[in-house]
Amino acid sequence: MDLFNAIAQTLDSTIRLSVPLLLACLAGLYSERAGIFDIGLEGKMLVGAFAGAAAASVFHSAYLGLGMAILISVAFALIHGFASITHRGNQIVSGVAINFIAAGSTIILGQAWFQQGGRTPALAPAERFEAIIWPGADAVRGVPILGPIYSELISGHSVLVYLAFLMVPFTWWVLFRTRFGLRLRAVGENPAAVDTAGISVAWLRYRALICTGVLTGVAGAYLSMVQNGGFVKDMTAGKGYIALAALIFAKWKPVNAMFACLLFGFLDALAIRLQGTPLPLIGRVPVQFMQALPYVLTVILLAGFIGKAIPPRAGGVPYVKER
Amino acid sequence: MAQAAIELIGINKSFGAVRANRDINLEIARGTIHGIVGENGAGKSTLMSILYGFYQADSGEIHVGGQPASIKTPNDAIALGIGMVHQHFMLVDNFSVLENVILGAESDALLKKSIAKARSELERLEREYGLEVDPDAIIEELPVGLQQRVEILKALYRGAEILILDEPTGVLTPAEADHLFRILKQLKEQGKTVVLITHKLREIMAITDTVSVMRQGTMVATRETKKTTVGELAELMVGRRVLLRVEKGEAEAGGIKLAVKNLTVKDSRGVTVVDDVSFDLRAGEIVGIAGVAGNGQSELLEAISGIRHAVSGSVMLDGKPIDLTGAADPGELRERGLAHVPEDRHHVGLVLAFEENENSILGYHDDERYLKGPFLNIDAIRDDAKDKITKYDIRPADCRLRTANFSGGNQQKIVLAREMEQDPGVLIVGQPTRGVDVGAIEFIHKRLIAMRDQGKAVLVVSVELDEIRSLSDRILVMFAGRIVGERGPEATEGELGLLMAGVEHQEAAE
Amino acid sequence: MSTPYAKLPGWADYGLIPVINLFVAFVVAGFVVMLVGENPLRAAAILVEGAFGRGQGIAFTLYYATTFIFSGLSVAVAVHCGLFNIGGEGQGYIAGLGIGVVCLAFDSVLPWWLTFPLAIIAAAAMGALWALIPAYLQAKRGSHIVITTIMFNFIAASVMVYMLVDVLKPAGSMAPQTRNFLEGGQLPKLNWIIELFGAKIRSAPLNVTFLLALVMAFLVWLLIWRTKLGYEMRTYGHSPKAARYAGISETRIIIIAMLISGALAGMMALNPVMGDQHNVALDFVSGAGFVGIAVALMGRSHPVGIVLAAILFGMLYQGGAELAFEMPAISRDMIVIIQGLVILFAGALEHMFRPHIQALFASISPRTVGIEAVKGKGA
Repeated sequence: MDLFNAIAQTLDSTIRLSVPLLLACLAGLYSERAGIFDIGLEGKMLVGAFAGAAAASVFHSAYLGLGMAILISVAFALIHGFASITHRGNQIVSGVAINFIAAGSTIILGQAWFQQGGRTPALAPAERFEAIIWPGADAVRGVPILGPIYSELISGHSVLVYLAFLMVPFTWWVLFRTRFGLRLRAVGENPAAVDTAGISVAWLRYRALICTGVLTGVAGAYLSMVQNGGFVKDMTAGKGYIALAALIFAKWKPVNAMFACLLFGFLDALAIRLQGTPLPLIGRVPVQFMQALPYVLTVILLAGFIGKAIPPRAGGVPYVKER
Repeated sequence: MAQAAIELIGINKSFGAVRANRDINLEIARGTIHGIVGENGAGKSTLMSILYGFYQADSGEIHVGGQPASIKTPNDAIALGIGMVHQHFMLVDNFSVLENVILGAESDALLKKSIAKARSELERLEREYGLEVDPDAIIEELPVGLQQRVEILKALYRGAEILILDEPTGVLTPAEADHLFRILKQLKEQGKTVVLITHKLREIMAITDTVSVMRQGTMVATRETKKTTVGELAELMVGRRVLLRVEKGEAEAGGIKLAVKNLTVKDSRGVTVVDDVSFDLRAGEIVGIAGVAGNGQSELLEAISGIRHAVSGSVMLDGKPIDLTGAADPGELRERGLAHVPEDRHHVGLVLAFEENENSILGYHDDERYLKGPFLNIDAIRDDAKDKITKYDIRPADCRLRTANFSGGNQQKIVLAREMEQDPGVLIVGQPTRGVDVGAIEFIHKRLIAMRDQGKAVLVVSVELDEIRSLSDRILVMFAGRIVGERGPEATEGELGLLMAGVEHQEAAE
Repeated sequence: MSTPYAKLPGWADYGLIPVINLFVAFVVAGFVVMLVGENPLRAAAILVEGAFGRGQGIAFTLYYATTFIFSGLSVAVAVHCGLFNIGGEGQGYIAGLGIGVVCLAFDSVLPWWLTFPLAIIAAAAMGALWALIPAYLQAKRGSHIVITTIMFNFIAASVMVYMLVDVLKPAGSMAPQTRNFLEGGQLPKLNWIIELFGAKIRSAPLNVTFLLALVMAFLVWLLIWRTKLGYEMRTYGHSPKAARYAGISETRIIIIAMLISGALAGMMALNPVMGDQHNVALDFVSGAGFVGIAVALMGRSHPVGIVLAAILFGMLYQGGAELAFEMPAISRDMIVIIQGLVILFAGALEHMFRPHIQALFASISPRTVGIEAVKGKGA
């Protein structure tokens, strides 16, 4: 039973660790499917985390915090749009810039406003998104196998966790079942086709970036208001880049994205769990190996050794009317 | 008399200093097929893009169905019943036919409803116009001819009454082209107006009711198709340019320098663009390849110079084969005495951001004269560049000036000077005087003839018929990827024009 | 295609535009300072005073600049070949390993002037190696070099943590770092140069690596503008089609450019490792690889511009430290914002001001900007 509990706990932390990845990954999906590379996911998550925690602690409301996280994150997404859509700048360079501005400004403003070394004040329970205990979760805890699955894995997460997983079918639905999704995918493949069909390429891409901003905002809010009881500097710690790797790994598909994020989350959970514990047959696996695995897998995928990751064809190229 | 479907009045459009359209007037009657012919760069596509709202005219008026119309975006054009089939299809390759058809014209925010409605409408259109295509097929899996049908269906689905087709047969096989013409005739019978842009005169004669000819941005004539001939149209298209005939003596052709045998090249779409071409190029002669742009000349040049893959055939340089797998080292070919002046000097022949002297060694940067060990011998390079500047009268005479700041003619001289001064055995030149002013044209022509007189083998590809006639000792005419005839320099413009238009050999001889 | 050729006179291109970009970046940063409730002008004064006011400050400024010269050159070399090497951080980090091994092996037997050349080679080799795989994957398999180099940054971080915690950490020590190098692994300081001018320096880490950085800047200039290889790199960087026409192998040039770029990124590790800390510690690169992006953009990928931009950023780092002391509300992270803003305005938004400046020049004197029209292709 010990082993089973260990597995259940590992899977539970897999879910917790996957959620920010999943939200950021789906965020990246919207912009990259529309033909805008976005390595600024990291920065947008970070400003979202900061704005969320800061607003929640000032206004004593988790939902106001979430709203502010989304608002600020969208604002940063629009800066990316201004540079890369309106001024046809290099999308990579713009993303890098956003990550730096985010990293610096969250610390400076955090210190100036709260004087706690770049942290925001610890959030009170009402200022956070609390776990939702599903009916009967405690009652069935004792039931073997199904009990822990229900009470640990399914029940007992915050609303943002459920939201994140609901975003997967929702994103799939938007992308493949709505007019907006059709156009969004089209503009990432062949913007000229969209332009000649009488649709504004720029406005469409801006809308895609707004979707990205909303989701990175939620991802940030999750970090500072669910996983942690407040903002800590650099708390995204590369998660935006892992999300980017997951997006490539998922070949830009929503359901794949969920599995990729769960895989990367699982590797992370396993690394934490196995710290120092030797595995049978293999012996002690360095934690760092597990931590590097998502990146190594992504590079192998990019090299075309496991399938081929074909990005949206118009990705990274500013749209210019050709004559 | 049919009412005008479209009337263009005084349309002007410039791109930077290039005047793509000058004071264009045009009237197209409803329910007719109207052809617009002209060489590449004559301004046909620009004019139609203005009509479709893709560009804004600098000045002028557009009337649609007798009413003045303001067309600022493709949306406006679509609303006025104008549809366009672009030369490069505006399709999303990994979408289905249905998805492409409804893109931008979805009836509902949810796809399911839009698609259901589109499906029945599409089936009706397909039946009505003989445009059968599987609505669920993915575009990239369809042959080019069917992709084009999707483009036409897209326009019809949006209720197009006026359909513009830009070079629609460029990518089609003859059978596919015939099918397209049948469709266009059917559209006409249903009361639609068709505007056909092409440079292929035979198509114009076969299918249009009226035809307009454009040349260098102006509309030079409009004719009833029945009352004109291919010869007249060819002449109008090419124009009678005032060109000084360069004095030249008889050629003293020597041994074979370059032997091309059964060369076949396909483009990235798998369409055969050079079809079983064979010819010899001898020392001491200039062979000109004439033809309307887009008939495989560019690809032929690239294959010979080793930068494009050829599917079959051989090219022998001084009796030794050239690697045609596309992996040839152009540097090695240069060493073997093959110099190449590419057609596209802006992106291929020059690096515009470089100083003039840096471009004067492009491709020859491996040459010991320009190097000191691993280092560039800057003094030698600049001295050499200055020599060429003097010799070729390149202006301004500043070898440190950025290449982008030279005029077109002087840029071309930079390329020519570089390639000619290497003293190659074989010189192949694409469009020697495109975008070059008259003074420079004469200079360049004299240089090419001087090369010939030194016993070099020169191959010139040009869409300027006069240039070909003035320079060549032998003229090969290319049409649809094939060499359709060989003539001497005494051949008349009309005779060559007919060959260029793809009119059969025998007919031309009559 | 649509990218306008730089048609401005050289001084405007290399001088005026960077200054405008920098100015705008500082104005925006000034707003952040105001948001924090401080006076931006006073902040600027403290910053400059802190960086250049005393010999101590100057030495620190130049110490930081040393690292940034390397990372800026690294980015610039790749840019000249049309590549964006965002992996300088990882390449520099992993190079620390090479330096560490050389120093740990020889610091007790060789004098610094023999260890140093070996360490330079080791650093360059490790950095180049770390750039090789992304370069190969880009050249041969078309994997986007930006993504692979980012991934390699993280892989490098994991490798280094593992090496420092599990392999190189001396037994009994708690800190995840190598033992301190002996004298043979410590580079001499250069503070006496500044003291020649009468300044007093207590202790500052400015060391001989600074001279190496200047030498490398010169060598990069030589490479890019005076060698055949540099010529080929620039040709490919401006126009892959022209490179193909000129017989330049795409695979070869991409790999060579990335090897050089990686080697330069690797060398930046010499400065903190051998010049200051005398050990290899966790996270010793601390973002310097990314600063290189800002430095290269600011310096317009020219070694002279890079040295100046590196000194500017060195000034920001050193002055920023003083600023944090004087104005507790402003920490050194202010520099990260400025860095981001510089990247934004000099990089991503470079097309925002340029057309206006070009138009301005054109209206004043059409001759200076060249009037060659951009030819339309087909009609």
